[in-house]
Amino acid sequence: MRKLLEGSHAVAEAVRLCRPQVVAAYPITPQTHIIERLAQQVADGELAAEFISAESEFGAASLVLGAVAAGAQAFTATASQGLLLMTEVLYNIAGMRLPVVMVCANRALGAPINIFCDHQDSMALRDAGWIQIYVESNQEAVDSLIQAYRLAETCELPVMICMDGFLLTHTFEPVTLPTQSAVDEYLPAFRFSRTLDPARPMTLGGGSEADNYQEYRVAQQEAMENAETVIEAFDAEFSEQFGRSYGGLLQGYRLDGAQTVLLGLGSLMGTVRDVVDTLRDEGEAVGALRLRCFRPFPAQSLVQSLSTAQRIIVLEKAFSVGAGGMVAAEVRAALQQAGIMTPVESVIGGLGGRDLTADVIQAIFQGTTTEPFRVGRFAPDPVEEGGVGHG
Amino acid sequence: MDKRDAFRHNVLTSGHRACSGCGEAMAARMVTDLIGPDAIYINATGCLQVFTTHNQQTAWQAPWIHSVFANAAAVAAGVEAAMRARGKEMPVVVQAGDGGTFDIGLQCLSGMIERGHDVLFVCYDNEAYMNTGVQRSSSTPHGVRTTTSPPGRLSQGKHHLKKDVISIIAAHHLPYAATATIAYFPDLKAKVEKALGIKGPRFLHVLSPCPLGWAHDSALSVTVSRLAVETGLFPLLELEHGDLTGVMRLAEQKPVQEYLRLQGRFKHLFNTKQGMEEVRHLQALADAHIRHYGLLEADTEWDTRRAMHSARHGRGGYAQVTVSAPREVKNGG
Repeated sequence: MRKLLEGSHAVAEAVRLCRPQVVAAYPITPQTHIIERLAQQVADGELAAEFISAESEFGAASLVLGAVAAGAQAFTATASQGLLLMTEVLYNIAGMRLPVVMVCANRALGAPINIFCDHQDSMALRDAGWIQIYVESNQEAVDSLIQAYRLAETCELPVMICMDGFLLTHTFEPVTLPTQSAVDEYLPAFRFSRTLDPARPMTLGGGSEADNYQEYRVAQQEAMENAETVIEAFDAEFSEQFGRSYGGLLQGYRLDGAQTVLLGLGSLMGTVRDVVDTLRDEGEAVGALRLRCFRPFPAQSLVQSLSTAQRIIVLEKAFSVGAGGMVAAEVRAALQQAGIMTPVESVIGGLGGRDLTADVIQAIFQGTTTEPFRVGRFAPDPVEEGGVGHG
Repeated sequence: MDKRDAFRHNVLTSGHRACSGCGEAMAARMVTDLIGPDAIYINATGCLQVFTTHNQQTAWQAPWIHSVFANAAAVAAGVEAAMRARGKEMPVVVQAGDGGTFDIGLQCLSGMIERGHDVLFVCYDNEAYMNTGVQRSSSTPHGVRTTTSPPGRLSQGKHHLKKDVISIIAAHHLPYAATATIAYFPDLKAKVEKALGIKGPRFLHVLSPCPLGWAHDSALSVTVSRLAVETGLFPLLELEHGDLTGVMRLAEQKPVQEYLRLQGRFKHLFNTKQGMEEVRHLQALADAHIRHYGLLEADTEWDTRRAMHSARHGRGGYAQVTVSAPREVKNGG
């Protein structure tokens, strides 16, 4: 059924279709509309779940940890400070290999406090052991969430669906919601192999020392590497059943013969595609590559997509203060590992909700802007008054 | 009892790595055996977690989970919600130390109680961070020597009063909260059994001496915990929906010095004038408990003396307070 829905409500409808048994969350802008809608669905009897208003995001993450360990499918959502408050528990969920699914409505971090979109929050959790899918549209958020439950269970890895706060969560778009029967057919009943059960008592979360701790981390890494194949297979399968595909790990646009390729994440890529069309019309050989899956980091697929480019630009809405763009660093590492020495320009922009307009993106393609600021340019740009800065 | 049950008779089995005389190990053994293996146990980080699940080994013969330090009550709430959603019914039990209850775990605990989850939260209170090597917690009584409240030229040990956590918990008006110690097993048993018969959030606060951190002879753990009660420093209480409904009377009040002198953690107090001032404060605190809870009122056939000598009769004549105790402000000394 095609409906005009706010992004948060579209996600909530997708959650309902997945039939979670426990929903626990704590309100934070711009995530709040998701849990408000879920609370209403439970109040109206449309969703048969235990809805728990946690006392904090730390509590919410702990609640879904307990629920999944006790054999229930669960959901939580947060953003920004809330995600950071969950941090300790999110690492713990991943270490216990619990198939938890959550949505991060991407938002800037304080200080200064700012409620608008960038990717600093989920990027700070990139090492936590969660699969991270950055979606571009509300339709993709809906479809990715449905796939996330199967992905989490299959890989025994937690999955974080990252959707841009406000830009997606508060934007109305036409969205096709799959029917309940189609989702039921796609998602098997929840199963977790290490469920807490007196008939088969197990100890979860016990101690480990130097003689075996590293093996747990190796197993996590292997599971992440295997997840690459699973994500691609699920995307293809979903496409067959529902008629929509997002490229699995990466989504390329006009890469054929592209000499300059701009790589980015999330909702900004719609604008990037428009700019690519404009520049192609003007005869410039440009293309775009959307990094949909940041964890696991799809190094091999990325190298394949970028192997013929002569200039690579990575535009990202987060950076490591004192170092630079994390995505750019990982793209450089992947290319170098494959023996490709194409220069990678790192551009940081769109922080705290600053618009990345078509004009700005065109200027980034053409190398004529100091705003947003760049990290790792070979020749520094002059500082412009009012600019964020440059390096 | 089938074979499986016989094999799993003890929820907490032998071979764990607790110190000799560990009050928490004794308390956990008593509590978990009363609850049995058909329950789900959630443990906060702390001594109990460390000495029972060392390096891929486990002493637990029941489903058991540990996540992090602060979140045991929230994990338990999630487990309980899952049980409800899946139509299963069994006790969901948290075990935490005083750090995981009074300090870092208090927010999750308050949330769990406020939302009315059907969870029994058991705090084994050894009055400091023993797992990390005896640092003060908000449960540590004033005057105590710990590594982060050391006595010195300018200090007599911990400066601040032991947090009155049972009152904080009772202020949530939860169905049942009680205090107990390992010294009075029939009392502990009756409280665990009573808690198991009640739906909703329940809280059990068990004083559990730590021979290492309290610096007493490891053969004296039971004696020391009994003296904590007999001096009035640790009253044995029951509270229902926020009202005091039961107290264990004292046959006689023993002076706090009998309790303090058995423990090295108070030893420095007896060397100086300022230290003796702290001893007087501890006595005043015990006296305040006795007044507040009416611990010496002789209107019952059950008191600490009978509790010691008539364990075989169960807790029969445990004093029931019919009227709430006056809500006076406690004089903490």
